[in-house]
Amino acid sequence: MAPEEKNIILQTQNLAVGYANKKGNSVVAQEINFSIEKGELVGLVGANGIGKSTLLRTLTGMQTALNGEVFLNGKNLKEYSSFQLATQLSVVLTEAPSSKNLSVLEMISLGRQPYTNWIGSLTEEDKKAVNLALEATETTALAQRKCFELSDGQMQRVAIARALAQDTPIIILDEPTTHLDIYHRAYVLKLLKKLASETQKTIFFSTHEIDLAIQLTDKLLVMAKDETYFGEPCKLIEAGRFDTLFPKETIDFDGKIGRFVIKN
Amino acid sequence: MQTAQTYRLHFTVLFLVLVAVFLVNLSVGSVSIPLNEIFSAFIGKGASKETWQYILMDYRLPKAITAMLAGGGLAISGLLMQTLFRNPLAGPFVLGLSSGASLGVAILILGASAFGGFFGTILLSQWSLVIASALGSFLVLLAVLAVTFKIKDTMAILIIGLMFGSVTTAVVSVLSYFSNAEQLQQYIFWSFGSLGNQSWQGVLILGICFVIGLVLSVFSSKSLNALLLGENYAKSMGLHIKRATFIIILATSILAGSITAFVGPIAFVGLAVPHLVRQFYKTSNHLVLLPAVLLCGSLLMLICDTVAQLPFSEFTLPINAITSLIGAPVVIWLLVRKRKLFF
Repeated sequence: MAPEEKNIILQTQNLAVGYANKKGNSVVAQEINFSIEKGELVGLVGANGIGKSTLLRTLTGMQTALNGEVFLNGKNLKEYSSFQLATQLSVVLTEAPSSKNLSVLEMISLGRQPYTNWIGSLTEEDKKAVNLALEATETTALAQRKCFELSDGQMQRVAIARALAQDTPIIILDEPTTHLDIYHRAYVLKLLKKLASETQKTIFFSTHEIDLAIQLTDKLLVMAKDETYFGEPCKLIEAGRFDTLFPKETIDFDGKIGRFVIKN
Repeated sequence: MQTAQTYRLHFTVLFLVLVAVFLVNLSVGSVSIPLNEIFSAFIGKGASKETWQYILMDYRLPKAITAMLAGGGLAISGLLMQTLFRNPLAGPFVLGLSSGASLGVAILILGASAFGGFFGTILLSQWSLVIASALGSFLVLLAVLAVTFKIKDTMAILIIGLMFGSVTTAVVSVLSYFSNAEQLQQYIFWSFGSLGNQSWQGVLILGICFVIGLVLSVFSSKSLNALLLGENYAKSMGLHIKRATFIIILATSILAGSITAFVGPIAFVGLAVPHLVRQFYKTSNHLVLLPAVLLCGSLLMLICDTVAQLPFSEFTLPINAITSLIGAPVVIWLLVRKRKLFF
């Protein structure tokens, strides 16, 4: 059964993610249900090891779902070829590119691969898309620099620019704020917010910055131990969905200020 | 950053240098032939001495062409392997191709006694060496490709290639243990590598293999560039990883396998030239690296061959030794001067 609402771009139905092996499946998380609309900024939060990355890997087609379905633009994810998927969905991963010997411009231009010819030469249209990506992430001044010369914060902006250049309606980011200082964390999240509202791209990212995510996102997917919850941040707070995320004796969620506080 | 124009200029200059070294290479040797004689031999008038004409056309010209094909081909296959395995130590032979070739040749030379005296000498003609070596590489290639189909992890393919290499080396050791001194010497001479004594048919076959390998490499340049970001990113950009890996390995095998069959295991060029070029151009873009590596590989091999044939003397040094003797200091010098490995 495909979703009917027009604006819904990414939807899951009873999705179970995990790893299949010979002895049977080891399920990491199950019963995941959410639907994300066009132009929304959605965060994914949860403790380490709860299955955030596994979920993102499943959504991006890097591993197969154990159970349930993922719908992209109303079409089942399984029916997409890797080439079709590349024009629908781009990613920013936690792993650094294996060669940092590329210039920022070359790195971002690689995002145009789904559209370039057999040898990968850039047309005027490709160059335009790359320039737009440079401008949107304020990396134009870095264009001629080598990736190994960049700071973590700059590198993250370049990685986002590469995904932008791929020009897909959906961008999925795995922990885009790790290794960044508090300014860059806020900067990256605000950038994502801006991209979602200005370009109508759907942006889905996992993060440990629950406080920032509550302030900035349209919707949040909260992965707790046994269940996942999906909704607007304020409604999730009202329903007390953050309370069960971590062991209470160490850290507790204060609903009034919308953040976690350390217990003494 | 260099623009497309500067690259074009560089490649033109490199090409002209290559042509110059090519002419020098033809001219020097145990008998030196003046350049104007070489030109008149080329335009069909023939050199003024018949021996010069013979030396040029039947010995030096095929040798110089072989040198360029071998140098360029090995350097390209080294580049492909370094990018595919994201490992600066990878070279054309990481997948065990040269060990396969060695095994084929070892079985032929060291096992020849088993076929008896007269029959044995027929077996040891030049073509049989080429065929044995090609068969050996081909068997290893088939094994590696079978593994590529089964295994997802590129690093696992690398380790399995190394294992194939060890097994074949072990078999060669056992064979050597049971063979006599003369056969051993013959085998060791083969392993030194030799560019000379190529027939025109040989050069033609090598050239065809070279062109096939080169075309496959150029077709892979887009995938190679995608792989620079890592497999997951490459996949997210629509790259069919398994197919790309298959084509890259196939290209390497055709290039390195055919070259090893004709000139023996020349290891150094494939490992070093990609590093030399990257160090110089400071880019990982394969659309720049491929032509640069091709030109530099050919150039280095041609220079090494010119040195190896020791102008004005009757001796020819083993090419395998010369490539390392000349190439290694250059790589060390570049690395020390730039203080950083661009990879």
